Amino acid sequence: MNVAVAKTGSGRAVSDLFASAEGRLPGSPAVIAARREAFETYERLGLPHRRIEEWKYTDLRALVGEVLPLAASPDAAALKRAAETVKAHAIEGARKLVLVDGVFAADLSDVKALASEASLKTLRETLEKEAGLLKTASTDAVISLNAAMATDGVVLSIADGAQFSAPVQIIHVATAASASAFTRSQVRIGKGVRATIVESFVAAGAKAYQVNDAVVLSVGDNADVAHIRLLDDSPDAVNVTSQFVTVGANTKLNFFNMTTGAAVSRLQGFITLAGEGSDLSINGVNLLKKTEHGDTTLVVDHAVPSCVSREIFRAVIDDRAHSVFQGRIIVRPDAQKTDGKMMTRALLLSDEAEADNKPELEIFADDVSCGHGATAGALDDSLLFYLKARGLPEKQAQALLIQAFVGEAIEQIADDGLREHVIGIAERWLEQRQ
Amino acid sequence: MALLEVKDLKVRVEEREILHGLTLTVNEGEVHAIMGPNGSGKSTLSHVIAGKPGYEVTDGQILFKGEDLLEMAPEERAAKGVFLAFQYPVEIPGVATMNFLRTALNAQRKARGESEYSTPDFLKKVREVSKSLNIPQDMLKRGVNVGFSGGEKKRNEVLQMALFEPSLCILDEMDSGLDIDALRIAADGVNALRSPKRAMVVITHYQRLLNYIVPDFVHVMSKGRVVKSGGKELALELEESGYTQFEDAA
Ligand SMILES: Nc1ncnc2c1ncn2[C@@H]1O[C@H](COP(=O)(O)OP(=O)(O)OP(=O)(O)O)[C@@H](O)[C@H]1O
Ligand SMILES: [Mg+2]
Repeated sequence: MNVAVAKTGSGRAVSDLFASAEGRLPGSPAVIAARREAFETYERLGLPHRRIEEWKYTDLRALVGEVLPLAASPDAAALKRAAETVKAHAIEGARKLVLVDGVFAADLSDVKALASEASLKTLRETLEKEAGLLKTASTDAVISLNAAMATDGVVLSIADGAQFSAPVQIIHVATAASASAFTRSQVRIGKGVRATIVESFVAAGAKAYQVNDAVVLSVGDNADVAHIRLLDDSPDAVNVTSQFVTVGANTKLNFFNMTTGAAVSRLQGFITLAGEGSDLSINGVNLLKKTEHGDTTLVVDHAVPSCVSREIFRAVIDDRAHSVFQGRIIVRPDAQKTDGKMMTRALLLSDEAEADNKPELEIFADDVSCGHGATAGALDDSLLFYLKARGLPEKQAQALLIQAFVGEAIEQIADDGLREHVIGIAERWLEQRQ
Repeated sequence: MALLEVKDLKVRVEEREILHGLTLTVNEGEVHAIMGPNGSGKSTLSHVIAGKPGYEVTDGQILFKGEDLLEMAPEERAAKGVFLAFQYPVEIPGVATMNFLRTALNAQRKARGESEYSTPDFLKKVREVSKSLNIPQDMLKRGVNVGFSGGEKKRNEVLQMALFEPSLCILDEMDSGLDIDALRIAADGVNALRSPKRAMVVITHYQRLLNYIVPDFVHVMSKGRVVKSGGKELALELEESGYTQFEDAA
């Protein structure tokens, strides 16, 4: 009997992806064995498709087709281009940690400044000793693929009680076209820490590339953390990111994500509230145009009593773009006094724009307050007319109203400088419409 | 040349004719008052002049400085100097008033080929005007009209009028919802803008506003037409005898 070799759309054998990269993947023999196992899982499952419930609206087989080969390590020219891009996207005063085509670029990063404040390693270094970082609380095909292929990432640990005035900004830069970057980072934030972590995804010239990122974040008790993710990839890129977040007790975690790039993107976040009395705020903005597809899928797991979670999601969808929001709130039997709510609103700028919204509440405790709400609609004509009657051309009037629409999510960013940075990115997106 | 010429204007809304051949001529420097019962079409006229969608002009024309106004987009009309102070100004949450004012002013200036205001110049101008209209600065930090009282909304309309310096100001029931002091302040604001180059069309139900903003002409509208025109004494006459006499005429 002939066993058919699984092939990708372009006729490459799926197994080539791993076979051709294996020699370059860091890790001890045990790590390599774990990678091989993870890749077998991926091979068995293939790219997620619409018959898999969690991926119903984001059929990667149809949208992406195949996973591109591992990007080459950046050469001097690539690093030079990346340096310029980093300059353009760096947040003032931030400690930068730069990954270029999936490889940590020490020369572009503020390694020294950070060393005095936190412990920093690369994934590459860490994997030489232990395989633990490749394991996550849950897996699916894309997470397994990430475990198999991750070349690098930052492993950052902030000690208990540390006070961080400057944000830490992890910048993913793509310089290689027609290639994939696989990154995995771990950020451990100790007790009582105040810190801001920003992640930016940007392109330095590259157009069609793929990013598969994984982040494992743990936040200790009594901490106050802002976590901001800015997906500003090239309009032809694919970005699939999985985040695993664990929150301690009496902690404030304010997460914000904005998607202004990538042809296809999916952010899947698995957040566990593991300590009582914590306050989780999740805010998301999708700004999509052309045929872009942006998916935000969040699972918020209230594992303990007395936590508050708030999700505000705003999608602005132009042309034939498609925005997906899936929000699941799980309240475990012990998690009494849970207060969990999500509100999503979609603004459809064209008749062909599409928004899918799937809220799910899985409540196993009885003394809780949970809910969700959703709206979808066009811009209000009477507001548009008021602005036009005051001299604003159509597109400019729309831009003001769109800014107001996403403002409610962006306002949740407490830091003035960061908020302005985010508004700047949104404004640039709006200017491209004019 | 007249500043505004409305000629035999017929307008339908949702298949129903609201204006049945309305004619009105306004010259530079003049103040016209339009009075008339509820539903006679006063706001409809002001909306059609400002370019609000949803109105079908089936006959007649509107010329502004000799140009066909009906061919222009609302923002073009604004840039050319048409300003309507709305009877019911909308609330725009999330758009800070200050940002809105600057964006609108600069959009108009840009359309006219003028340079944009620098931030300090703009702020100075807003501060002057808002002070004269008794509008506190922190109101300008809020969303456009959001949480404004009825009177504050109307004052915000006059503020915009003062800032944009239009050549034709249409005030649709600027006096409704204003207390006596606020009315005087707003009317003073309007009077300060009276100039030989600028005309005003003041739509009102009450003679009292016309004590403050004294019109050169008063028109009575009924059932979609101007049924009588006269001097300021016509308003007094209406106050005494009401509109019934004209309803038959219309
Ligand atoms: N969008 C619309 N759809 C249907 N009818 C309309 C619409 N707008 C106005 N009308 C009708 O047109 C007529 C004139 O309305 P308009 O608002 O112009 O009157 P007005 O003179 O301003 O009245 P008021 O003094 O009460 O402000 C009314 O009968 C009104 O119901
Ligand atoms: Mg009216």
